[in-house]
Amino acid sequence: MAFDIGFALLVLGVAAWTITARDTFAAVVGFVAYGLLLALVWVRLQAPDVALTEAALGSGLTGGLLIGASARLRRAEAQAAGETPGAALKLAAAVLCALVSAGVAAIVLLLPEPAPTLAPQAAANLLATGLGNPVTAVLMAHRAIDTLLETVVLLLALIGIWSLAPDRLWGGFPGPRQQADPDGALTFTAQLLVPIGILVGIHIFWVGSVAPGGEFQGATILAAMSILAMTAGLVGAPPVSRRWLRLLLVAGPAVFFAIGFAGFATAGAFLAYPETHAKLLILTIEIPVTLSIAATLTLLVAGPPERLAQQ
Amino acid sequence: MSLALDILTVLAVSAGAFFFMAGTVGLLRFRDALSRLHGLTKADNLGLGLVVLGLLFQAEGMLEALKIAIVWLLTLLAGATVSQLIARTARPGGPPM
Repeated sequence: MAFDIGFALLVLGVAAWTITARDTFAAVVGFVAYGLLLALVWVRLQAPDVALTEAALGSGLTGGLLIGASARLRRAEAQAAGETPGAALKLAAAVLCALVSAGVAAIVLLLPEPAPTLAPQAAANLLATGLGNPVTAVLMAHRAIDTLLETVVLLLALIGIWSLAPDRLWGGFPGPRQQADPDGALTFTAQLLVPIGILVGIHIFWVGSVAPGGEFQGATILAAMSILAMTAGLVGAPPVSRRWLRLLLVAGPAVFFAIGFAGFATAGAFLAYPETHAKLLILTIEIPVTLSIAATLTLLVAGPPERLAQQ
Repeated sequence: MSLALDILTVLAVSAGAFFFMAGTVGLLRFRDALSRLHGLTKADNLGLGLVVLGLLFQAEGMLEALKIAIVWLLTLLAGATVSQLIARTARPGGPPM
C-alpha cells in the first residue's frame, strides 16, 4: 500500500514536471519517463497487455515521434517563446483542463459498486474464439470493429503526415539522408540488435493468442527495429510512391475488411467469424495487420517526403 | 537452501540499488556531461547487473533465468551505445546538440 501511494505520487510528480517544463525537448523526455512509469502502474494493476502497449506505443513510439517534432521545432522555439498567450487564453485552457479532469474523476468515483463489467461474458466465450488470451479475444473477436478502425486511423495519420510534403517532393524519400558510419557504435548496435528485435517482435505478436502480447505490441517492436536500421544508415526508407510499399500499408486493413464483409455470408454479421474457423481467420487477419502497422509506424516516424525520388 | 538463496538475493539487489543511487548522485553532482555519463554507466552496468544477479537466484527454471540475463545484456548494449552517442555530441568540437 505504502509502495503504491509513493509510486502514484511519483507518477503525478513526473506528470506535473512534464507539463511545467519550459524546454520542449525536456518535456518530451519527461513524457517518455512518465509513459514508462505508467507501464509499471499497469503491471501493478495486473494488466500486462496494457503495460506492453503503453511501454511500446504510448511511451516508446509516441516519444520517438515527439522527439522528432521537438527537433523540427527547435529553430522556431526561441521565436515562439516570445509569443506567450494572454491571461484570458491561459485561464480558458486551465478551466477546460480542470473540467475534463473533474469529469473523468467524477465518472470513476461515481461508478456503481461493483463496477459494470463484460469480463465474465468475454471469459465465457473465450473458447469459441479458439484463443487463450481474453484480451486478444476482445480485440480480435468481440470488439474487432474497434481494432479495424484503429488500423484505419493509423493509415489516415500517415496520409496526414505525407500531405505536409510540398508538391514537388510528393512521392519522394521520407526524412533526411542518413550516412552510415561503418565504425560507429550505432551501426554496431543496429547490426546486433535488429535481428534480435525482429525475433522478439514476432514472438510478442505470436504469443498474443495465448499470453500478453499481440499485433500492436509486436508491430511496434518491428517498427522500432526498422527505425533503428534506418537511423544507423544501414537501410534507406523507400520513396513513398513505391507500389509495394502502398500495398504493404493497406494489406492489413484490406484483409480485415474482406474477412469482415465475408462474415455476412459465413456467420450472418459484419466481422463475425464462423465458429469452426475462428482462430484461423483471426490469424489470417493478424499477420497482414501486424506487417501493415509496423510499416505505418515506421513511416510515421520517418516523416513527410523530403528528397526527390530518382527517376 | 531457499533461505540462503533469499539472503543472496537481498544482498545482490541491495548492492545493485546502492550503485543505482551512486549513479544518480553522480548524475546530479558531476559538473560536465562526460563525467555525468561516467557516473550513470556505473548504475547501468553494475547496478542492473547486481539486480539481475539477485533475481537469477529466484528464477523458476533455466528459461526464465536466460530471459532475465538477456534483459541485462540488451540493456548493456543499448546503454553503452547511447552513452557513446551522447558523449560524441557533448565533447568539444562534436556535432551541435
